Amino acid sequence: MNYNLANLVWQGLSGHRGWEPAWRTPQPKQHYDAVIIGGGGHGLATAYYLAKEHGMNNIAVLEKGWIGGGNTGRNTTNVRSDYMFPESASVYDLALRLYETLGKDLNYNIMLSQRGWLTLIHNQHQMEFARHKANWLNCNGLDGEIIGVEEVRKMLPLLNIGDNPRYAIQGAFLQRRGGTIRHDAVAWSYARAADKLGVDIIQNCAVEGFDFEAGRITAVRSSHGRIQTGRVGVAVAGHSGVVAQMAGFRLPITSHCLQAMVSEPVKPLLNHVVISPGTGVYINQTQKGELVMGGVLDLYPSYGQRGTFPTIEKVVTAAVEMFPSFGQMRLMRHWAGIVDISSDSSPILGQTPVDNLYINCGWGTGGFKAIPAGGYLLAHSIATGRQHDLTQPFSLQRFRDNRLVDEGAAAGIAH
Amino acid sequence: MIVIRCPYCQQDRHEEELGYGGEAELLRPPEPDAVSDEAWADYLYFRNNTKGLYQEQWCCASGCGQWFKVARDTVSHNVVEVVRFDQKLATAGKAQ
Repeated sequence: MNYNLANLVWQGLSGHRGWEPAWRTPQPKQHYDAVIIGGGGHGLATAYYLAKEHGMNNIAVLEKGWIGGGNTGRNTTNVRSDYMFPESASVYDLALRLYETLGKDLNYNIMLSQRGWLTLIHNQHQMEFARHKANWLNCNGLDGEIIGVEEVRKMLPLLNIGDNPRYAIQGAFLQRRGGTIRHDAVAWSYARAADKLGVDIIQNCAVEGFDFEAGRITAVRSSHGRIQTGRVGVAVAGHSGVVAQMAGFRLPITSHCLQAMVSEPVKPLLNHVVISPGTGVYINQTQKGELVMGGVLDLYPSYGQRGTFPTIEKVVTAAVEMFPSFGQMRLMRHWAGIVDISSDSSPILGQTPVDNLYINCGWGTGGFKAIPAGGYLLAHSIATGRQHDLTQPFSLQRFRDNRLVDEGAAAGIAH
Repeated sequence: MIVIRCPYCQQDRHEEELGYGGEAELLRPPEPDAVSDEAWADYLYFRNNTKGLYQEQWCCASGCGQWFKVARDTVSHNVVEVVRFDQKLATAGKAQ
């Protein structure tokens, strides 16, 4: 199914009754070469790269709800790759580079908008930190620069720079390649492309356990019955601990609730993505005109996929502090996703204590921006049984070897 | 919103007034040099991260400042049990 102009005109004239589903709705087969648990962006991307790069076509994606209905559909759609450690930068920038060509590769408009990602600088310490970070990014071969307060004023005319704001502004750290993507389109484009290559996408199919033989998984027990499989990939974000428990091991992860909200749609007034380290709140405007806002995570573990009033209050007051004119707007929707926070704020990729079970988790609050890389690298692990060069530093084993990748401290990221 | 009655000062505190302190019975090995690397890594990093009933430590941060133990459902946020720090939770070790 192509969404080209001729097709659009034809369907428009015939009452839009001829559109076909973009992917099949198959019943699970008895046996697959590989089963991927989790039909979010990471799981669907894994299936696509397994089929495309490694020629594995007899595979299934099992999704408990509907595809892209978890964190893939609950994030604030931001992408960027301004990470400091070379090992992080190479993974996150692989994701951004794959995103940059994804629309063409999959023939699907993912609405990538590299509108610039600004981290405000409020004080001297943050300025020094930003300089440090800019140097690191330079060494990593990534774009990132510091702009002065006058350029911030030009880019964000509504920002409260004024005489006496709560958090003074000295400038901003800018990654011009950062921006936003329509998140649903990422799930749908990978789903359609994987389906075309023969992948079975099975929705409303919850995994309930595993069958083992000699330490290896032989079958996945699901709400659709027993599915035999040679290998298993897990990309379930906040529920990683639950699946790991079924497989008999623990992870260095706690699940937290991360909330976001949108205002009513208005005319274009905010052309970039902006985060304030002072308030921890980030804002961008969607192509439809809504302002998307998010804040820091709830600090206690949670599997409840819903928001709370204290967070609405914190995010909205911070947003109005940054952009006083937003105070007139009404909030439209508010939601939450469950994110997987690892001890060092870095992802966990590849092998697990179970021989033929491979994992992709620990992205925390930054999973959406990493989808193409997460899928590409998990596919490599499933297909070859080995760690990809890029994922060597991100193995689960690093917590046993005490070789953490402490990006939380390095890049000052929230997750 | 989570509201917990502090077992020390007997005041209802909501989540903004409380501090969170991790799993309830997670104890630092008394002699770190005596435990294996495996056990030490388990203590430092690996967590049960239970979906369902979870035993944890909370602090009456904006109130009396005391730490206490709570059994809470991590899906519904229902607080099932609250005891002082020197007491044992009746639901200890249970996830449902």
